[in-house]
Amino acid sequence: MGMTRVEGKDKGSLALYALSTCVWCKMMKGFLAKMGIGYDYVDVDTLADEEKTQTIAELKRWNPKCSFPSLVVNGEKCVIGFNEDTLRQALNL
Amino acid sequence: MNDGPAQGSKGADLFLEDLLARSQASGYHLNPDMGFVRALVQGLLTNVERYGYPACPCRLASGRREDDSDIICPCDYRDADLAEHGSCFCALYVSRDVAEGHRPLASIPERRPAEGSRRHDSEPVAGIGRPPLPVWRCRVCGYLCAREAPPETCPICKAAEDRFECFLSGGPG
Repeated sequence: MGMTRVEGKDKGSLALYALSTCVWCKMMKGFLAKMGIGYDYVDVDTLADEEKTQTIAELKRWNPKCSFPSLVVNGEKCVIGFNEDTLRQALNL
Repeated sequence: MNDGPAQGSKGADLFLEDLLARSQASGYHLNPDMGFVRALVQGLLTNVERYGYPACPCRLASGRREDDSDIICPCDYRDADLAEHGSCFCALYVSRDVAEGHRPLASIPERRPAEGSRRHDSEPVAGIGRPPLPVWRCRVCGYLCAREAPPETCPICKAAEDRFECFLSGGPG
């Protein structure tokens, strides 16, 4: 599945499921950029049908409500929504 | 914000103007952070272009209006989220305490049920028996609404919350 890589400091494997139109997703990306952290992301709303269905199915395993932003950390846990404190805790910042 | 909101877009300006006028006229408050609001307006306009209706920019729309009708802005979840969390899911709309800076703004949990457990039938919500929600009546203009608590301002006549009376009790128990 096609995720876009943003280079930066290694804080583990970070996969961000986002929407291109969502302001909280933009804030999540902005925070990671500000902290200089590397991550992979996909804007699910911009995907073509087949890839979108596949990505949604993948996200639902982590977040059944399929809400955005969802950040999967090290394939172990999923941080749902953008909250700076929660994110700092999850990434040990 | 990675792609800055188009500040000068005529369409966005008109949409925002209309949104401000409508929210003020019905007793709702927009997020006082205009940069935030402009970014959301851009998302709403993107969705109008994509789907033909302003689906919530912070949720994934299906593109089928009948499946998205609950998330057409303002969404079905706005009032309950304003009452419980002080903002709608996107934070386009905020409660008065947030608008006036007495309560901080935060990302809130998704209230919309997961796909598969959403309501699709067109049966009337309330029967002759006890309705699932209490019905509130504005004593000033007679406006009726079924929700957990009366709105902070009557959307019709702008009367305050304390001018509402419980017209029909509802909900469990």
